[in-house]
Amino acid sequence: MKWQTKEKFVEIAVSSVGLLSVLVLLFIAFFLFKEAFYIFYKAGVSKVIFGMAWYPTYDPPSFGMWPLIMGTLAVTILTALMAIPLGLGTAVYIAEVANHRVKEFLKPMIEMLASFPSVVLGFFGMVIIAPILSNRLSPMLSEKLPELLQSTHIPFISTTLADFCYDKLFIASGLNITTAALMLTVRAIPVIASIAEDALTAVPRTYREASYSLGADKWETIWKVVIPSSVSGLSIAVILGIGTIIGETMIVLMVAGGAAVVPHWIFDAARPMPAAIAAEMAEAPYRSLHYHALFGVGAILFFITFILSFISNFVSKKYRSVRIGEKV
Amino acid sequence: MEKIHKPFGLVRRKKFNLKQGFFLSLMRTFGFTGAITLFIILFFVAYYGLQVLSWDFITQPPLEAMTQGGIFPVIMGTVLLTMLCMIFVIPIGVTTAIFLAEYSKPGFMLTAVMMSMYTLAGVPSVVFGLFGLGIFVVALNFGMSLLAGSLTLAIMVLPYIISTSEEALKAVPFSFREASLACGATKWQTIRKVVLPTAMPGILTGAILGTAKVSGETAPIMFTAAAFFTPGIPKSLFEPVMALPYHIYVLATAGTHIEETRPIQYGTALVLILLVFSMNLLGIILRSRQRKKRSW
Amino acid sequence: MKKIMTVFLSVLFVCSIMGVSYAEDLRIDGSTTVLPIAQKGAEVFMKKNPAAKVFVSGSGSGTGIKALIDGTTNIATSSREAKDKEVASAKGKGVTLTGHKVALDGIVPVVHPSMKIKDITTEQLRDIYNGKINNWKDLGGPNRPISTVSRDTSSGTYEVWEEKILKGDKVKPDALLVASNGQAVQTVSQNRFAIGYIGIGYIDRSVKALTVNGKSASANTVRDGSWPIARPLFMYTNGKPAGVIAKFIDFMLSKDGQKIVNEVKYVSIK
Repeated sequence: MKWQTKEKFVEIAVSSVGLLSVLVLLFIAFFLFKEAFYIFYKAGVSKVIFGMAWYPTYDPPSFGMWPLIMGTLAVTILTALMAIPLGLGTAVYIAEVANHRVKEFLKPMIEMLASFPSVVLGFFGMVIIAPILSNRLSPMLSEKLPELLQSTHIPFISTTLADFCYDKLFIASGLNITTAALMLTVRAIPVIASIAEDALTAVPRTYREASYSLGADKWETIWKVVIPSSVSGLSIAVILGIGTIIGETMIVLMVAGGAAVVPHWIFDAARPMPAAIAAEMAEAPYRSLHYHALFGVGAILFFITFILSFISNFVSKKYRSVRIGEKV
Repeated sequence: MEKIHKPFGLVRRKKFNLKQGFFLSLMRTFGFTGAITLFIILFFVAYYGLQVLSWDFITQPPLEAMTQGGIFPVIMGTVLLTMLCMIFVIPIGVTTAIFLAEYSKPGFMLTAVMMSMYTLAGVPSVVFGLFGLGIFVVALNFGMSLLAGSLTLAIMVLPYIISTSEEALKAVPFSFREASLACGATKWQTIRKVVLPTAMPGILTGAILGTAKVSGETAPIMFTAAAFFTPGIPKSLFEPVMALPYHIYVLATAGTHIEETRPIQYGTALVLILLVFSMNLLGIILRSRQRKKRSW
Repeated sequence: MKKIMTVFLSVLFVCSIMGVSYAEDLRIDGSTTVLPIAQKGAEVFMKKNPAAKVFVSGSGSGTGIKALIDGTTNIATSSREAKDKEVASAKGKGVTLTGHKVALDGIVPVVHPSMKIKDITTEQLRDIYNGKINNWKDLGGPNRPISTVSRDTSSGTYEVWEEKILKGDKVKPDALLVASNGQAVQTVSQNRFAIGYIGIGYIDRSVKALTVNGKSASANTVRDGSWPIARPLFMYTNGKPAGVIAKFIDFMLSKDGQKIVNEVKYVSIK
């Protein structure tokens, strides 16, 4: 064979394999939406997405996904409140404040934290954290504390505040969205920290030196110069972190409790979307309405992560060194 | 108060800046939470897990409804799933990386491939499980099997392998390629005999890190491969397998003797963590050694 | 070196594909309630029949039956009777669901050992689970919300509870759903204000079983029908079983098999 034809052949072969990943993605999207279509068609899109009652196996079943969506939202917000400061703080510390020896110690530590399989985190949350919450923390906060407050006999404190503690700080079960948020934070911190750290170290040294030469001290430099100039990288870190949290399955499956309700309070249980899919998929008879409903949940999840990917891709056009597949 | 030392032994005292001290200490605390959490979790798992860990634990199958015996078939299941997954994913991943690094031209196709990879990387693992269930287990009728599970895992880890391989390929200096072409080699010969071998260590590192990720995944294998109990190592690709992450999950939630098997759960978690950590460590060490050894 | 690796890997690969499914393979899937029986039964059966290989899974009664219909399992364990819809769907695929009663089970409401309540009526249970009664003080207990523990809906245990106690009401939406009997035990034993229901075989010292309408749960009350929340446990096969499937079913129904049922704390049929 002439070498030119061989070369052309190789090029075509390699390109077709390259296209494979596009095809796989398209196929997944197509398959998801095809299987999900039926439930939306049968029950109407808004009734399904905004319906409040998720009783898939009742007779007749109802497939309101809103509690599931709200469950994901609640867990994500709680986690973000903890993970974003901690993750960004870790990144700032590693990139700006820590000396060389600490840095060489801490960076592998964060990578190791990232490599924890999520099932182990869920297991830990279920077996250690949840009992601590419901057996140690709850009696302290919802019994001993109200007693203490009541004994002070100060008008507002010993009545309203004490009642508040008794009612609201009572942890019915350690398996709730707060415990889930704690473990999800462990999952999210390395993701946010490593990308944010990359972003911070990418800020040119000259910026910092210029700031110091103007008389700013270290924190002022970090807060007013380094962080603002790496905002796009930091936003990617946060977006990717949120994407990780939304899609995380095992932790929420094992720890968030199973109640398919819109959570009202931080110690309520909820059933985020991935947990619903994982818990119920095995039971749904093939091609039943429930099966399609679960694919519907999966499709919504896919759609959300797709949007997040899109946004972060858009932001990363301004910031080049984010790697694909860098997520843990 | 910090002392600032100036030449000739003159010392000037710097005013203690409360705001700076506070924020920097705050960052220091934040920074160490990660390491502290790591150690806490490791401590608990190791403390309870080491009580169960023994040579028997690793080599014996489970007995007495899982309350005794070991986890040998579980370990084997994870090893087989991971190996098979890598066999599927490395050829395709590396070829796609070659496409991206060598053959692609900026344009519609390139953007499409990159966008899909980016999105695929962000898809939650449970969605892959759904997909694997629908396609491999049911539509292609593989049943809950080693084959279905490893294919699902392969699709999940594909973006990661592509990305690490592409980086490895891009790290090969352009001058190597130019020199090869200057000697009269064709593009494909260059890739095969110059670029690929040079990038191979990097590609392998990526593969090792990929195996670490894959071994720890539960959701993709939950509906595609994992069984509660198998009587040994599977003899065919179409049999279900036990796997370390699934074993922890199933013993801790759906198992028959949750409290009694608790030590075994810890032991399994410890084995899984040791496996994942050692793979990661291997990958990290290899990566830094390559960076130092590089003579270009 | 690379060539040797490639050859080695491909030989391994080919060998593994070559594995044929032996006729002595037996796959069992289904209810987590029946799981202990299936698991122990599998272990003893394989000791007696070394050529047999039994795979056991516990993904839920509904899943097991579905797998039997799809042909991906040989025996479907179930803690409830197959629903009409399932029988029809099976017929549509040429599968005849044949049930074999292998054991009896009682479902018992349990609370934390520190809860002072001892007896409860079926009406009260119904009201707790459909959400009408929310606080222990309505039952004479402390002023705390009742943490209601229920089962995931693939559970046969749940189906029987729904039929016999809820009588068709919906479980209140904020009930804590757990995936198995074992998890229900764990949740209730760690939560002073929880109530749940479990199979009689799962009762241990970490929870307190309540008496219902004055009757307490035991092997005898389950067998003679006086325990109100009792049910048979089934193993379903496709039509009349043959080969190793038949051997296993016969084994489960034999004296040795029923001994296993009692060993795992269920109620044997006799």
